[in-house]
Amino acid sequence: MTDFVHPALLFILGAVPIPFLKGTIRKAYLVLVPLLAFLAVLTIGPGSYGAATFIGQEILIAKVDKLSIVFATVFTIMALIGTVYALHLTRAGQHVAAFVYVGSALGVVFAGDYLTLYLFWEGMAFASAYLVFAQGSEKATGAAFRYLMVHVTGGVALLGGILLHVAVTGSLLFGPMEGAIGVGAYLILAGFLLNAAVPPLNAWLTDAYPEATVTGAVFMSAFTTKTAVYVLARAFPGTELLVWLGTVMALYGVVYAVLENDCRRLLAYHIVSQVGYMVAGLGIGTEMAVNGATSHAFAHILYKALLFMGAGAVIYVTGRRKLTELGGLYKTMPLTVALYMIGAFAISAFPFFSGFVTKSMVVAAAGQDHRALVMLALTMASSGTFLHTGLKLPYYMFFGTDRKLEAREPPRNMLVAMGMAAALCIAIGIFPGPLYALLPYPVDFEPFTGAHVTESLGILMFTALGFVIFLRALDPENTISLDTDWFYRKGARGFMWLAEKPLARYEKAVSDVSETAVLPFLHGSARAGLRLDLNGVDGVVNGVARSILTGGGALRRLQTGVVTHYALAMIAGVIAAIVVFAVVWR
Amino acid sequence: MIERIVDFFGDETYAISRRRLFYLVLALIVVADFLVSREHAEYLWERLPGWSAVYGFGSCVILIFVSKFLGHQGGLMRREDYYD
Repeated sequence: MTDFVHPALLFILGAVPIPFLKGTIRKAYLVLVPLLAFLAVLTIGPGSYGAATFIGQEILIAKVDKLSIVFATVFTIMALIGTVYALHLTRAGQHVAAFVYVGSALGVVFAGDYLTLYLFWEGMAFASAYLVFAQGSEKATGAAFRYLMVHVTGGVALLGGILLHVAVTGSLLFGPMEGAIGVGAYLILAGFLLNAAVPPLNAWLTDAYPEATVTGAVFMSAFTTKTAVYVLARAFPGTELLVWLGTVMALYGVVYAVLENDCRRLLAYHIVSQVGYMVAGLGIGTEMAVNGATSHAFAHILYKALLFMGAGAVIYVTGRRKLTELGGLYKTMPLTVALYMIGAFAISAFPFFSGFVTKSMVVAAAGQDHRALVMLALTMASSGTFLHTGLKLPYYMFFGTDRKLEAREPPRNMLVAMGMAAALCIAIGIFPGPLYALLPYPVDFEPFTGAHVTESLGILMFTALGFVIFLRALDPENTISLDTDWFYRKGARGFMWLAEKPLARYEKAVSDVSETAVLPFLHGSARAGLRLDLNGVDGVVNGVARSILTGGGALRRLQTGVVTHYALAMIAGVIAAIVVFAVVWR
Repeated sequence: MIERIVDFFGDETYAISRRRLFYLVLALIVVADFLVSREHAEYLWERLPGWSAVYGFGSCVILIFVSKFLGHQGGLMRREDYYD
């Protein structure tokens, strides 16, 4: 254990002092922690750390191999960028939540057993939900509750799956699923797919991310779905189902992006689309495909964060988020435009930008595996990616109709963070070597062939031609789009109706009975009791009542009504219960 | 310098030169696609020069109109207060 500092611990314990630090010291501290974590990941050696037995089961806090190191590397880089982007925030809450969120994601990436994985998995859900709650508006609170509800449900499926899986295999250790996939494995897969936002389990993402705070959404865009990609890569590589889910997903996100009017929701649909490439790659499961999915996750985290930072900067400066209300900002925000466009070129896989060297690996792997249909569908999705993030969104946000908005460049820390992400997007695109060296398998792939470059440019620039010709058809409209969240948003209405109408009537009937029959009896006995009471019991009762009153006061102070406090109490309770259980079990 | 590049893509005064540059780039891409070597091509369409231009344009048009069709006729797009 001595030569291994768990990066998750750095973030989670490192979050504790944040509220007590002020001003420049806090800023320095906030930057220092991700830097230290990055160094910790760089110096980590492959191996197993923190093995122990727990309730008669082997657990393994950290299992380090190439796959976990790639994800941990990009997670810590992203934590640094996201923290710099959020440096101007004066309240500690979001910094703490972001650190716990990043720490939990790293905990999942290194988890060697299902119990560790599950605890960090839930930690991620609660910490990230805070970033939506922190936005403060009524809409955001609603979205955050739905986000929590979906993730708690997914967590239950995962936990159930883990228990069944352990009952069958007898081991808690987390690794590739072997043999036929049973019910337990399917439940685990469902829990993973939910976090990867695979349709129809995708709506939590596009519902909640656009409602999060400007800085919170940047963190969210990076961690939850990519942790899910990691666990899928670890446990389910080569599962045929994933190929088709991933391919459908890539197109699903693109179709919804056409309809979308909210700038960050459009980007959120492109997360769904891009994660589709990764899921499909993992489903194909060849060495090249897994390499492609992993490297694409690496590149995706950086360019997607850059895009969210660009859109966030616009929201921060103008206070507007709908494309129908934005336009003409290029004169006042040229740097933001340029940095955003670097992210857009990267996601669209323009040659010499990061997406080009990673996305093409997934598509080429599909080709090599003789999956022509998958290849064509994924290529079509990349056309759609450029159409929206590279053309539609910047056109209506920065160019288009000049709405005469008062705007300026965002604070310097935001620009610096965007600059860092942009530099990496270009660096990876030009020198893919270091990234390829990090990948789990040796890379035998050359992205820069003449045919590949002209093919990519042909796809992209003729998409631009289509955009120019059919520009009017793409005008954003003042609407929202129905997605699978319809079922629980409208379904909840049905439940409320049930609670209000039939159940309320039943309750009224019960109370009627009690009023006519039970109450007179109670009155009578109360009078008898009063007589008894007056003769002597009073003194004792008064003493007891006084102590209960003080106790009640103390209890009331515990009830803050803040959801995060309850959530923390629940997590503490779960941990306490497990400890008690473990001791008694022995 | 960045401001001037961004200005070139936004300002109305450059509209004509912007358009010329765009068409020039399109033409160059198609020409280059005829010149590159394709010995590794596995699929039929990979051997067709200019295929990517056609497929890119077609994808773009299909995505726009299929999505808008689903949105309008399929009922996916709703008023903003739909859930309120």
